[in-house]
Amino acid sequence: MKKKSPLAFLVWGLVLLLVIIHQDNWFWDDNTLVLGFMPIGLLYHACISMAAAFTWYLATLFIWPEELEEDTKPAGGEEAGQ
Amino acid sequence: MTELIIIAFYLSLLLGLGLFSSRLFKGTSADYMLASHSIGPFLLLMSIFGTTMTAFALVGSTGESFKEGIGVYGMLASSSGIIHSLCFFLLGVKLWSLGRKYGYKTQIQYFRDRLGSDKIGLLLFPILVGLVVPYLLIGVMASGVVINSVTEGAFSSAFANADYGVPKWLGSAVICGVVLIYVFFGGMRGTAWANTFQTIVFMILGVVTFFLIAGKIGGVKAASNAVLEKHPSKLMRSVTPEEVATYEEEFAKWKPLALYNYAVKEKGLELTAAQVEQAHAEFPPKMPGWQRRAEAVFAKKNGLYELSDAEQLKAMIIQDDRELPEDDTALFEADGTPLPLSAFDRKADETWKPKAEKIFASNIGHPNELLDPANPEAGNNWTHKKAWGVYKATSWSPEKPHPLNKWKFLTYLLVPFSVGMFPHLFQHWLTAKSANSFKLPVVAHPVFIMIVWVPCVLVGVWATSAINPDTGRAVVPAHFPPNAVLSHMVKELTGPLLGGLLTAGILAAIMSSLDSQFLSIGTMFTEDVAVHYGGKERFTDKQHVMMARGFIIAIVLVTYGLSLMEPRRVFTLGVWCFSGFSSLFPIIFAAVYWRRLTKFGAYAGVLAAIVSWIYLFWSSNFAKNAGYSVDFHIGGMNIETMPVLTMFVCSAAATVLVSLITPPPDEKRLARFFPPK
Repeated sequence: MKKKSPLAFLVWGLVLLLVIIHQDNWFWDDNTLVLGFMPIGLLYHACISMAAAFTWYLATLFIWPEELEEDTKPAGGEEAGQ
Repeated sequence: MTELIIIAFYLSLLLGLGLFSSRLFKGTSADYMLASHSIGPFLLLMSIFGTTMTAFALVGSTGESFKEGIGVYGMLASSSGIIHSLCFFLLGVKLWSLGRKYGYKTQIQYFRDRLGSDKIGLLLFPILVGLVVPYLLIGVMASGVVINSVTEGAFSSAFANADYGVPKWLGSAVICGVVLIYVFFGGMRGTAWANTFQTIVFMILGVVTFFLIAGKIGGVKAASNAVLEKHPSKLMRSVTPEEVATYEEEFAKWKPLALYNYAVKEKGLELTAAQVEQAHAEFPPKMPGWQRRAEAVFAKKNGLYELSDAEQLKAMIIQDDRELPEDDTALFEADGTPLPLSAFDRKADETWKPKAEKIFASNIGHPNELLDPANPEAGNNWTHKKAWGVYKATSWSPEKPHPLNKWKFLTYLLVPFSVGMFPHLFQHWLTAKSANSFKLPVVAHPVFIMIVWVPCVLVGVWATSAINPDTGRAVVPAHFPPNAVLSHMVKELTGPLLGGLLTAGILAAIMSSLDSQFLSIGTMFTEDVAVHYGGKERFTDKQHVMMARGFIIAIVLVTYGLSLMEPRRVFTLGVWCFSGFSSLFPIIFAAVYWRRLTKFGAYAGVLAAIVSWIYLFWSSNFAKNAGYSVDFHIGGMNIETMPVLTMFVCSAAATVLVSLITPPPDEKRLARFFPPK
């Protein structure tokens, strides 16, 4: 993994941010309907799902463990479960 | 009958797909169990998503939001979008790489190799199997319930006790048979293909159902506005004062009924014929159950009985079909405050259902025939389910609205870590063609969760307030079983065609988890027990496959047999099973990323997880207390947490501490798992 890249800090920072903003105490008592039908608390969490997908997309771009592909040649003679 | 034909057609299609995929079977155990590591990004995404989304994805999400409101999305869905992909990224790719390199087929093979300990397998095997079996039972039982509920009235005279539909035992047997056939012949490849097909089916049908239901109840805006008017708390996570006031008003109407029934049974109260006549005249009854209400109001108004505090509480407990404590002191807190009704467990279904059937016996019959041919407006005969529903709505106390606890919401975030230790998911990870195959599942999984869950949560919330435009009555009555809300909405608001298609979608979601679980337990029995202890050299590869197939048949039979015993609490066991897997997450995470993890640290972690699980499970009265939480009192604040937090912390602490005080693992072994960069 490219742990030293500043982009790694960005991606892991975004993951941490997602976990923090997931606890949306600010919409706890709010039953506003956005666009006349969508509860704001539900819309917010649907946006969290989209933001999670985007964050993981960044992870595949910047911190994907490419070296594993090369490192994964079957080891001859190794027996599973030993 | 239309529904039955569609379900039969869908199951045949699935069998055809499974059998076709078996033609590609190469005859080796690696192909049977891992599809020869040939699964590309799209199939991997669909099979992983289909496996993690159980019956809960369509049925449970609608049911839970009907009960709890929109908060369930944040608690169960958006959290999973973050955590599941995190597990795929941190564990899936790495374990795939190690599995490919060293030829693992199961988690236990990895742990035995990584820790240099044979006994870790003996410790983990019963725990993993023990946690998967209830999870399997939920799927098998749910499939029987769903098929029975949509085929009601399909037969003219057969299966009267099952409301003339396919009985639950038969529905479950058919589903087990179909899954068994395609897993038996197709192995992992058949499972991956079937999962992909089924995931597409349940996603499309979920969205189609959403739009059709919305259209039928006046459109999305009208449906949400009806909720805003009647049950505004369902659109947020706290409770409005208006809804509390409505509840108190309904409770005040229900209480006299409980007290009156108690006074009649226990105190010998009996109204005279003249009093009964007067009661009925003053409070005109609407239906059989309401005659009693009229008498109850009359008796209260005229002061015809007098009950002590303890008797009043006992009266309400009996009326609400809850377990009455043997000792009256158990009715009150230490300071003499009466305990709430929710503190007493609801009696088993077998206790109150016969009562309901007896009361409404004259209304129960073939659901396609008129209740009273002379009066078509009275509608058709009732099903057993309707009788139970009407009994609950007329006898039980109104449901108390409750807010979602912020601490419980926060600590629920640990539950999705369970995917890191699911044995069936581990096996799916190993099927990937390359590390890059994981990219699509990591990115698309949260979006797929959203596509399935948002419509289901909205439908569940709308169900609390929707009115059927054809009858002018509420679509879903009070106390309706949450897991039946979706199929009931579809049946009430759409035609048999969509009913059949949606059932196919629900069964797809159920089967796409069952198949992987059956295959994974079969693989574990073969690899971790039979081959490991019998000796690898003793069996040919072909015998491996035969053994796996034999174990799969045995597991399907055992699971089906257990499902016939109808373990009552199996549905509430779901979250406990997930929590058990989550509590093992620190061990797999440490095994992959922490060189200092020792076999003793792993033993300690597994034992701490399972001991804390057993202790908390026992404290929750074996899952009878559905709202059980572990409470901490800090600085005058009461913090309610999900039990998973305690288990997770115990497991992580034991793993780390014991690893640090025991000798480090040998460098030669570590070099295989942590190669120098």
